[in-house]
Amino acid sequence: MTAQTVWIGTRKGAFALQSDEHRDRWALIGPEFLGHVIHHIIQDPRDPSSVLMAAKTGHLGPTVFRSKDGGKTWKEAAQPPAVRVATSNEKGRSVERVFWLTAGHVSQPRTWYAGTSPCGLFRSYDDGEHWEPVAGFNDHPAYTEWTGDGGTPDGPLLHSILVDPRDAAHLYVGLSGGGVFESLDNGASWTPLNEGCAADFLPDPDVPFGHDPHCVVLHPLKPDRLYQQNHCGIYRLDRPERRWTRIGNSMPRDVGDIGFPIVLHPTNPDVAWVHPMDGQSVWPRTSIDGKPAVYMTRDAGASWVRQDKGLPPSQAWMTVLRQAMCADACKRVGLYFGTTGGEVWASADEGESWRCIARNLPEIYSITCSRAFNA
Amino acid sequence: MPKVNVASPLRSYTHGAASVTASGSTIAEVLASLEQQFPGIRFRMIDEQNRIRQHIRLFVNANGVTDLSAPIADQDVLHLICALSGG
Repeated sequence: MTAQTVWIGTRKGAFALQSDEHRDRWALIGPEFLGHVIHHIIQDPRDPSSVLMAAKTGHLGPTVFRSKDGGKTWKEAAQPPAVRVATSNEKGRSVERVFWLTAGHVSQPRTWYAGTSPCGLFRSYDDGEHWEPVAGFNDHPAYTEWTGDGGTPDGPLLHSILVDPRDAAHLYVGLSGGGVFESLDNGASWTPLNEGCAADFLPDPDVPFGHDPHCVVLHPLKPDRLYQQNHCGIYRLDRPERRWTRIGNSMPRDVGDIGFPIVLHPTNPDVAWVHPMDGQSVWPRTSIDGKPAVYMTRDAGASWVRQDKGLPPSQAWMTVLRQAMCADACKRVGLYFGTTGGEVWASADEGESWRCIARNLPEIYSITCSRAFNA
Repeated sequence: MPKVNVASPLRSYTHGAASVTASGSTIAEVLASLEQQFPGIRFRMIDEQNRIRQHIRLFVNANGVTDLSAPIADQDVLHLICALSGG
Protein backbone atom coordinates (compact mmCIF):
# COMPACT_ATOMS: atom_id res chain seq x y z
CA MET A 1 0.00 0.00 0.00
CA THR A 2 1.23 3.51 -0.65
CA ALA A 3 0.29 6.84 0.78
CA GLN A 4 -2.22 8.81 -1.24
CA THR A 5 -2.79 12.46 -1.89
CA VAL A 6 -6.32 13.67 -2.44
CA TRP A 7 -6.30 17.04 -4.14
CA ILE A 8 -9.27 19.24 -3.32
CA GLY A 9 -10.32 22.16 -5.49
CA THR A 10 -12.80 24.45 -3.79
CA ARG A 11 -14.59 27.71 -4.29
CA LYS A 12 -12.17 29.33 -1.85
CA GLY A 13 -8.82 27.71 -2.50
CA ALA A 14 -6.93 24.47 -2.90
CA PHE A 15 -6.40 21.85 -0.21
CA ALA A 16 -4.89 18.40 -0.07
CA LEU A 17 -5.38 15.39 2.15
CA GLN A 18 -2.30 13.25 2.65
CA SER A 19 -2.74 9.72 3.94
CA ASP A 20 -0.46 7.32 5.70
CA GLU A 21 0.44 4.17 3.80
CA HIS A 22 -2.69 2.38 5.01
CA ARG A 23 -5.07 5.23 4.13
CA ASP A 24 -6.08 5.24 7.81
CA ARG A 25 -4.96 8.67 8.88
CA TRP A 26 -5.38 11.75 6.77
CA ALA A 27 -3.76 15.12 7.27
CA LEU A 28 -5.29 18.21 5.76
CA ILE A 29 -2.88 20.58 4.08
CA GLY A 30 -3.71 24.04 2.92
CA PRO A 31 -5.20 26.26 1.89
CA GLU A 32 -3.13 27.22 -1.09
CA PHE A 33 -4.39 30.26 -3.01
CA LEU A 34 -6.98 31.08 -0.37
CA GLY A 35 -9.89 32.91 -1.96
CA HIS A 36 -9.21 31.66 -5.46
CA VAL A 37 -11.80 29.50 -7.21
CA ILE A 38 -10.07 26.20 -7.97
CA HIS A 39 -11.92 24.15 -10.54
CA HIS A 40 -9.49 21.30 -11.11
CA ILE A 41 -6.18 19.99 -9.78
CA ILE A 42 -4.34 17.24 -11.62
CA GLN A 43 -1.09 15.60 -10.63
CA ASP A 44 0.65 14.43 -13.77
CA PRO A 45 0.49 10.63 -13.93
CA ARG A 46 3.57 10.74 -16.17
CA ASP A 47 5.61 12.88 -13.76
CA PRO A 48 4.21 13.11 -10.22
CA SER A 49 6.35 16.12 -9.40
CA SER A 50 4.21 18.12 -11.83
CA VAL A 51 0.80 19.37 -10.70
CA LEU A 52 -1.50 21.75 -12.54
CA MET A 53 -4.34 23.75 -11.10
CA ALA A 54 -7.13 25.59 -12.94
CA ALA A 55 -7.93 28.78 -11.04
CA LYS A 56 -9.48 32.19 -11.02
CA THR A 57 -10.82 34.61 -8.45
CA GLY A 58 -14.28 36.10 -8.44
CA HIS A 59 -13.04 39.24 -10.10
CA LEU A 60 -9.99 38.35 -12.12
CA GLY A 61 -9.56 36.45 -15.35
CA PRO A 62 -8.75 32.76 -15.42
CA THR A 63 -5.34 31.21 -15.17
CA VAL A 64 -3.41 28.00 -14.55
CA PHE A 65 -0.94 27.47 -11.73
CA ARG A 66 1.88 24.96 -12.04
CA SER A 67 3.99 23.13 -9.53
CA LYS A 68 7.18 21.23 -10.28
CA ASP A 69 7.68 19.92 -6.75
CA GLY A 70 4.55 17.99 -6.06
CA GLY A 71 2.55 20.99 -4.89
CA LYS A 72 4.98 22.62 -2.49
CA THR A 73 5.45 25.75 -4.59
CA TRP A 74 3.47 27.18 -7.45
CA LYS A 75 3.99 29.51 -10.35
CA GLU A 76 1.46 30.99 -12.73
CA ALA A 77 1.46 29.92 -16.37
CA ALA A 78 3.19 32.49 -18.55
CA GLN A 79 0.41 32.23 -21.12
CA PRO A 80 -2.87 30.90 -19.70
CA PRO A 81 -5.53 29.54 -22.04
CA ALA A 82 -6.87 32.41 -24.15
CA VAL A 83 -8.87 32.41 -27.33
CA ARG A 84 -7.61 34.25 -30.40
CA VAL A 85 -8.47 37.83 -31.15
CA ALA A 86 -11.74 38.06 -33.09
CA THR A 87 -11.83 39.36 -36.64
CA SER A 88 -13.80 42.50 -37.34
CA ASN A 89 -16.97 40.65 -38.28
CA GLU A 90 -16.93 38.21 -35.36
CA LYS A 91 -18.29 38.51 -31.88
CA GLY A 92 -15.19 37.74 -29.89
CA ARG A 93 -15.22 35.20 -27.11
CA SER A 94 -13.08 35.15 -24.03
CA VAL A 95 -12.29 32.41 -21.58
CA GLU A 96 -14.32 32.94 -18.43
CA ARG A 97 -12.76 30.04 -16.53
CA VAL A 98 -10.48 27.11 -17.05
CA PHE A 99 -12.66 24.21 -15.94
CA TRP A 100 -10.92 20.98 -16.83
CA LEU A 101 -7.34 19.71 -17.08
CA THR A 102 -6.12 16.47 -18.64
CA ALA A 103 -2.57 15.24 -18.93
CA GLY A 104 -1.62 14.29 -22.47
CA HIS A 105 -0.55 10.98 -23.89
CA VAL A 106 2.37 9.17 -22.27
CA SER A 107 4.33 9.58 -25.54
CA GLN A 108 3.99 13.35 -25.18
CA PRO A 109 5.26 13.88 -21.67
CA ARG A 110 4.87 17.64 -21.53
CA THR A 111 1.53 17.92 -23.29
CA TRP A 112 -1.59 18.94 -21.40
CA TYR A 113 -5.16 19.78 -22.38
CA ALA A 114 -7.53 22.30 -20.84
CA GLY A 115 -11.26 22.73 -21.23
CA THR A 116 -12.92 26.04 -20.55
CA SER A 117 -16.14 27.95 -20.22
CA PRO A 118 -17.32 29.10 -22.72
CA CYS A 119 -16.51 25.83 -24.42
CA GLY A 120 -12.93 25.88 -25.57
CA LEU A 121 -10.15 23.35 -25.97
CA PHE A 122 -6.54 24.29 -25.35
CA ARG A 123 -3.25 22.47 -25.45
CA SER A 124 0.11 23.06 -23.85
CA TYR A 125 3.32 21.46 -25.04
CA ASP A 126 5.46 22.68 -22.16
CA ASP A 127 3.90 21.40 -18.99
CA GLY A 128 1.22 24.06 -18.82
CA GLU A 129 3.48 27.09 -19.12
CA HIS A 130 2.07 28.24 -22.46
CA TRP A 131 -1.33 27.34 -23.82
CA GLU A 132 -2.63 27.48 -27.38
CA PRO A 133 -6.16 27.18 -28.68
CA VAL A 134 -7.01 23.97 -30.52
CA ALA A 135 -8.35 25.69 -33.59
CA GLY A 136 -9.90 22.55 -35.01
CA PHE A 137 -12.46 22.72 -32.24
CA ASN A 138 -12.58 26.38 -31.20
CA ASP A 139 -12.87 27.66 -34.77
CA HIS A 140 -14.94 24.83 -36.16
CA PRO A 141 -17.64 26.13 -38.53
CA ALA A 142 -20.26 24.32 -36.42
CA TYR A 143 -18.90 25.61 -33.09
CA THR A 144 -21.93 27.76 -32.29
CA GLU A 145 -24.33 24.98 -33.26
CA TRP A 146 -22.47 22.44 -31.18
CA THR A 147 -21.97 24.52 -28.07
CA GLY A 148 -25.33 26.26 -28.03
CA ASP A 149 -26.09 29.80 -27.12
CA GLY A 150 -25.21 30.57 -23.52
CA GLY A 151 -25.72 27.13 -22.08
CA THR A 152 -26.76 26.63 -18.48
CA PRO A 153 -26.79 29.32 -15.79
CA ASP A 154 -23.28 28.22 -14.83
CA GLY A 155 -22.12 28.68 -18.41
CA PRO A 156 -21.34 26.16 -21.13
CA LEU A 157 -18.46 23.87 -20.28
CA LEU A 158 -15.94 21.78 -22.16
CA HIS A 159 -14.95 18.91 -19.91
CA SER A 160 -14.03 15.23 -19.87
CA ILE A 161 -11.05 15.58 -22.20
CA LEU A 162 -10.01 12.01 -22.89
CA VAL A 163 -6.86 10.80 -24.63
CA ASP A 164 -6.82 7.28 -26.04
CA PRO A 165 -3.78 5.58 -24.45
CA ARG A 166 -3.16 3.76 -27.72
CA ASP A 167 -3.14 6.85 -29.90
CA ALA A 168 -2.24 10.39 -28.88
CA ALA A 169 -4.24 11.80 -31.76
CA HIS A 170 -7.47 10.13 -30.66
CA LEU A 171 -9.40 12.47 -28.38
CA TYR A 172 -12.86 12.82 -26.89
CA VAL A 173 -14.42 15.83 -25.20
CA GLY A 174 -17.73 16.46 -23.49
CA LEU A 175 -19.73 19.65 -23.92
CA SER A 176 -22.48 20.57 -21.49
CA GLY A 177 -25.44 21.22 -23.72
CA GLY A 178 -23.51 19.91 -26.71
CA GLY A 179 -22.69 16.26 -26.26
CA VAL A 180 -19.68 14.02 -26.72
CA PHE A 181 -17.34 14.70 -29.63
CA GLU A 182 -14.50 12.65 -31.05
CA SER A 183 -11.35 13.54 -32.95
CA LEU A 184 -9.07 11.07 -34.71
CA ASP A 185 -6.56 13.64 -35.91
CA ASN A 186 -5.22 15.38 -32.85
CA GLY A 187 -8.10 17.81 -32.67
CA ALA A 188 -8.04 19.03 -36.24
CA SER A 189 -11.53 17.73 -36.92
CA TRP A 190 -14.40 16.51 -34.75
CA THR A 191 -17.59 14.49 -35.06
CA PRO A 192 -20.46 14.17 -32.59
CA LEU A 193 -20.86 10.83 -30.83
CA ASN A 194 -24.25 10.94 -29.15
CA GLU A 195 -26.45 8.27 -30.71
CA GLY A 196 -28.54 6.51 -28.13
CA CYS A 197 -28.27 9.29 -25.54
CA ALA A 198 -31.48 10.90 -24.38
CA ALA A 199 -31.99 14.64 -24.56
CA ASP A 200 -35.32 15.03 -22.80
CA PHE A 201 -34.91 18.79 -22.56
CA LEU A 202 -34.79 19.28 -26.32
CA PRO A 203 -37.91 19.61 -28.45
CA ASP A 204 -36.45 17.06 -30.88
CA PRO A 205 -34.84 14.30 -28.83
CA ASP A 206 -33.27 12.65 -31.87
CA VAL A 207 -30.52 15.11 -32.60
CA PRO A 208 -26.86 14.44 -33.35
CA PHE A 209 -25.68 16.90 -30.70
CA GLY A 210 -27.04 19.20 -28.03
CA HIS A 211 -26.93 16.54 -25.33
CA ASP A 212 -25.66 17.14 -21.84
CA PRO A 213 -22.98 14.72 -20.74
CA HIS A 214 -21.97 15.54 -17.19
CA CYS A 215 -18.91 13.32 -17.05
CA VAL A 216 -17.39 11.00 -19.65
CA VAL A 217 -14.69 8.47 -18.85
CA LEU A 218 -12.63 5.99 -20.83
CA HIS A 219 -11.05 2.90 -19.35
CA PRO A 220 -7.25 3.08 -19.54
CA LEU A 221 -6.84 -0.68 -20.00
CA LYS A 222 -9.77 -1.10 -22.37
CA PRO A 223 -9.90 2.22 -24.22
CA ASP A 224 -12.74 1.10 -26.47
CA ARG A 225 -14.97 1.15 -23.38
CA LEU A 226 -16.46 4.50 -22.43
CA TYR A 227 -19.05 5.44 -19.85
CA GLN A 228 -20.88 8.67 -19.31
CA GLN A 229 -23.05 10.09 -16.60
CA ASN A 230 -25.39 12.26 -18.60
CA HIS A 231 -28.04 14.75 -17.54
CA CYS A 232 -30.41 12.11 -18.89
CA GLY A 233 -28.98 8.84 -17.64
CA ILE A 234 -25.95 6.59 -17.35
CA TYR A 235 -24.53 5.14 -20.56
CA ARG A 236 -21.86 2.79 -21.83
CA LEU A 237 -20.27 2.67 -25.28
CA ASP A 238 -18.09 -0.09 -26.66
CA ARG A 239 -16.22 1.06 -29.76
CA PRO A 240 -16.27 0.73 -32.65
CA GLU A 241 -19.99 1.01 -31.98
CA ARG A 242 -21.36 4.51 -32.12
CA ARG A 243 -24.57 3.99 -30.19
CA TRP A 244 -24.54 4.41 -26.43
CA THR A 245 -26.49 1.96 -24.26
CA ARG A 246 -28.41 3.35 -21.33
CA ILE A 247 -27.12 1.16 -18.52
CA GLY A 248 -28.88 3.41 -16.03
CA ASN A 249 -32.10 1.62 -16.89
CA SER A 250 -31.00 -1.12 -14.50
CA MET A 251 -30.70 1.29 -11.58
CA PRO A 252 -33.54 1.03 -9.04
CA ARG A 253 -36.54 3.01 -10.25
CA ASP A 254 -36.86 4.93 -7.02
CA VAL A 255 -33.25 6.09 -7.40
CA GLY A 256 -32.99 6.70 -11.11
CA ASP A 257 -29.81 7.35 -13.02
CA ILE A 258 -29.23 11.06 -12.75
CA GLY A 259 -25.98 12.36 -11.29
CA PHE A 260 -22.77 14.22 -11.97
CA PRO A 261 -19.68 12.03 -11.58
CA ILE A 262 -18.87 8.55 -12.79
CA VAL A 263 -15.69 6.80 -11.67
CA LEU A 264 -14.00 3.72 -13.06
CA HIS A 265 -12.10 0.92 -11.38
CA PRO A 266 -8.47 1.39 -12.40
CA THR A 267 -8.02 -2.16 -13.71
CA ASN A 268 -11.48 -3.64 -14.25
CA PRO A 269 -13.43 -2.01 -17.08
CA ASP A 270 -16.68 -3.62 -15.94
CA VAL A 271 -16.65 -1.82 -12.60
CA ALA A 272 -17.86 1.74 -12.15
CA TRP A 273 -19.36 3.93 -9.46
CA VAL A 274 -21.92 6.72 -9.62
CA HIS A 275 -23.36 9.09 -7.05
CA PRO A 276 -27.05 9.50 -7.89
CA MET A 277 -28.79 12.76 -7.30
CA ASP A 278 -32.37 13.95 -7.33
CA GLY A 279 -33.26 15.12 -10.81
CA GLN A 280 -36.98 15.49 -10.32
CA SER A 281 -39.12 18.62 -10.67
CA VAL A 282 -36.78 21.59 -10.18
CA TRP A 283 -33.68 19.41 -10.00
CA PRO A 284 -32.54 19.74 -6.43
CA ARG A 285 -29.36 17.83 -7.34
CA THR A 286 -29.12 16.54 -3.78
CA SER A 287 -29.02 13.02 -2.37
CA ILE A 288 -32.26 11.25 -3.12
CA ASP A 289 -34.57 11.58 -0.12
CA GLY A 290 -31.65 12.93 1.85
CA LYS A 291 -30.05 9.46 1.94
CA PRO A 292 -26.72 9.63 0.17
CA ALA A 293 -25.41 6.53 -1.52
CA VAL A 294 -22.94 5.42 -4.11
CA TYR A 295 -23.97 2.79 -6.62
CA MET A 296 -21.52 0.29 -8.03
CA THR A 297 -21.74 -1.93 -11.07
CA ARG A 298 -19.50 -4.97 -11.46
CA ASP A 299 -20.94 -6.05 -14.79
CA ALA A 300 -20.62 -3.00 -16.99
CA GLY A 301 -23.99 -1.66 -15.98
CA ALA A 302 -26.17 -4.78 -16.18
CA SER A 303 -26.83 -4.43 -12.46
CA TRP A 304 -26.05 -2.00 -9.65
CA VAL A 305 -25.41 -2.38 -5.94
CA ARG A 306 -26.15 0.30 -3.38
CA GLN A 307 -23.24 1.29 -1.13
CA ASP A 308 -24.13 3.50 1.79
CA LYS A 309 -22.53 1.94 4.88
CA GLY A 310 -21.10 4.75 6.96
CA LEU A 311 -22.87 7.51 5.04
CA PRO A 312 -25.51 9.47 6.93
CA PRO A 313 -28.79 7.50 6.92
CA SER A 314 -31.06 10.53 6.58
CA GLN A 315 -31.30 14.32 6.33
CA ALA A 316 -28.02 14.48 4.43
CA TRP A 317 -28.59 16.56 1.33
CA MET A 318 -25.32 16.16 -0.47
CA THR A 319 -24.36 17.38 -3.90
CA VAL A 320 -21.27 15.88 -5.53
CA LEU A 321 -20.15 17.72 -8.64
CA ARG A 322 -18.83 16.04 -11.76
CA GLN A 323 -15.14 16.43 -10.94
CA ALA A 324 -15.56 15.73 -7.23
CA MET A 325 -15.27 11.97 -7.12
CA CYS A 326 -12.36 9.72 -7.91
CA ALA A 327 -10.70 6.36 -7.32
CA ASP A 328 -7.13 5.65 -6.37
CA ALA A 329 -4.99 2.94 -7.93
CA CYS A 330 -4.48 0.79 -4.87
CA LYS A 331 -5.12 -2.94 -5.12
CA ARG A 332 -8.14 -2.58 -2.84
CA VAL A 333 -9.40 0.50 -4.60
CA GLY A 334 -10.06 3.57 -2.54
CA LEU A 335 -12.84 5.95 -3.47
CA TYR A 336 -13.25 9.57 -2.54
CA PHE A 337 -15.91 12.18 -3.03
CA GLY A 338 -16.28 15.79 -1.99
CA THR A 339 -19.53 17.62 -1.42
CA THR A 340 -20.63 21.16 -2.02
CA GLY A 341 -21.12 21.23 1.76
CA GLY A 342 -17.36 20.95 2.20
CA GLU A 343 -17.02 17.33 3.29
CA VAL A 344 -14.67 14.70 1.91
CA TRP A 345 -15.76 11.09 2.22
CA ALA A 346 -13.49 8.11 1.66
CA SER A 347 -13.79 4.37 1.24
CA ALA A 348 -10.80 2.06 1.47
CA ASP A 349 -12.79 -0.98 0.37
CA GLU A 350 -14.21 -0.13 -3.02
CA GLY A 351 -17.26 1.57 -1.62
CA GLU A 352 -18.34 -1.07 0.88
CA SER A 353 -17.95 1.37 3.74
CA TRP A 354 -17.42 5.09 4.02
CA ARG A 355 -16.11 7.61 6.51
CA CYS A 356 -15.75 11.35 6.51
CA ILE A 357 -12.11 12.39 6.38
CA ALA A 358 -12.56 16.16 6.20
CA ARG A 359 -15.25 18.64 7.16
CA ASN A 360 -15.82 22.36 7.12
CA LEU A 361 -14.05 22.95 3.84
CA PRO A 362 -15.43 25.43 1.35
CA GLU A 363 -17.71 24.26 -1.45
CA ILE A 364 -15.84 21.45 -3.17
CA TYR A 365 -15.55 21.51 -6.95
CA SER A 366 -12.90 18.90 -7.58
CA ILE A 367 -11.49 15.75 -6.00
CA THR A 368 -8.60 13.94 -7.65
CA CYS A 369 -6.05 11.58 -6.21
CA SER A 370 -2.63 10.18 -6.82
CA ARG A 371 0.19 8.45 -5.06
CA ALA A 372 1.79 10.80 -2.60
CA PHE A 373 4.81 12.50 -4.09
CA ASN A 374 7.96 12.71 -1.99
CA ALA A 375 10.50 15.07 -3.45
CA MET B 1 4.67 58.71 -15.17
CA PRO B 2 1.14 58.04 -13.99
CA LYS B 3 0.70 56.44 -10.62
CA VAL B 4 -1.29 53.23 -10.54
CA ASN B 5 -3.23 52.13 -7.44
CA VAL B 6 -3.56 48.39 -7.39
CA ALA B 7 -6.52 46.54 -5.86
CA SER B 8 -5.51 43.87 -3.36
CA PRO B 9 -6.38 40.85 -5.55
CA LEU B 10 -3.74 42.03 -8.02
CA ARG B 11 -0.93 42.72 -5.58
CA SER B 12 0.48 39.21 -5.95
CA TYR B 13 1.77 40.53 -9.26
CA THR B 14 3.24 43.76 -7.84
CA HIS B 15 5.08 41.96 -5.02
CA GLY B 16 2.58 43.36 -2.55
CA ALA B 17 2.82 46.96 -3.68
CA ALA B 18 -0.46 48.85 -3.44
CA SER B 19 0.84 51.63 -5.65
CA VAL B 20 3.25 51.51 -8.58
CA THR B 21 4.14 53.72 -11.53
CA ALA B 22 3.87 52.91 -15.20
CA SER B 23 4.64 54.74 -18.39
CA GLY B 24 2.19 55.66 -21.11
CA SER B 25 -0.13 58.35 -22.36
CA THR B 26 -3.18 56.12 -22.79
CA ILE B 27 -4.75 53.49 -20.55
CA ALA B 28 -3.67 50.83 -23.04
CA GLU B 29 -0.06 51.98 -22.89
CA VAL B 30 -0.07 52.08 -19.12
CA LEU B 31 -1.47 48.57 -19.00
CA ALA B 32 1.22 47.42 -21.40
CA SER B 33 3.82 49.02 -19.16
CA LEU B 34 2.34 47.24 -16.15
CA GLU B 35 2.45 43.96 -18.03
CA GLN B 36 6.10 44.48 -18.84
CA GLN B 37 6.90 45.10 -15.19
CA PHE B 38 4.50 42.53 -13.75
CA PRO B 39 3.93 39.74 -16.28
CA GLY B 40 0.46 38.26 -16.24
CA ILE B 41 -1.30 41.18 -14.60
CA ARG B 42 -2.96 42.52 -17.72
CA PHE B 43 -4.79 39.32 -18.68
CA ARG B 44 -6.39 39.13 -15.26
CA MET B 45 -8.08 42.50 -15.98
CA ILE B 46 -8.41 42.65 -19.76
CA ASP B 47 -9.70 39.79 -21.88
CA GLU B 48 -8.58 38.48 -25.24
CA GLN B 49 -10.75 40.98 -27.11
CA ASN B 50 -9.30 43.94 -25.23
CA ARG B 51 -12.40 44.31 -23.12
CA ILE B 52 -12.22 45.20 -19.47
CA ARG B 53 -13.33 42.11 -17.56
CA GLN B 54 -16.79 42.15 -16.05
CA HIS B 55 -15.79 42.68 -12.43
CA ILE B 56 -12.92 45.09 -13.03
CA ARG B 57 -13.30 48.85 -13.04
CA LEU B 58 -10.72 51.39 -14.15
CA PHE B 59 -10.74 54.97 -12.96
CA VAL B 60 -8.50 57.83 -13.98
CA ASN B 61 -8.57 60.02 -10.94
CA ALA B 62 -12.30 60.01 -10.10
CA ASN B 63 -13.56 59.24 -13.60
CA GLY B 64 -14.51 55.77 -14.70
CA VAL B 65 -13.04 54.71 -18.04
CA THR B 66 -14.19 51.95 -20.33
CA ASP B 67 -12.14 52.81 -23.38
CA LEU B 68 -8.54 51.68 -23.27
CA SER B 69 -7.56 54.39 -25.73
CA ALA B 70 -8.55 57.04 -23.20
CA PRO B 71 -5.68 59.45 -22.42
CA ILE B 72 -3.86 59.63 -19.13
CA ALA B 73 -1.41 62.29 -18.05
CA ASP B 74 1.72 61.96 -15.94
CA GLN B 75 0.05 63.56 -12.96
CA ASP B 76 -3.01 61.34 -13.16
CA VAL B 77 -3.72 58.30 -11.02
CA LEU B 78 -5.05 55.12 -12.58
CA HIS B 79 -7.08 53.07 -10.12
CA LEU B 80 -7.41 49.35 -10.76
CA ILE B 81 -10.54 48.38 -8.87
CA CYS B 82 -12.24 45.05 -8.37
CA ALA B 83 -16.01 45.57 -8.28
CA LEU B 84 -17.75 44.96 -4.98
CA SER B 85 -19.11 41.51 -5.60
CA GLY B 86 -18.50 38.01 -4.39
CA GLY B 87 -19.52 35.43 -1.87
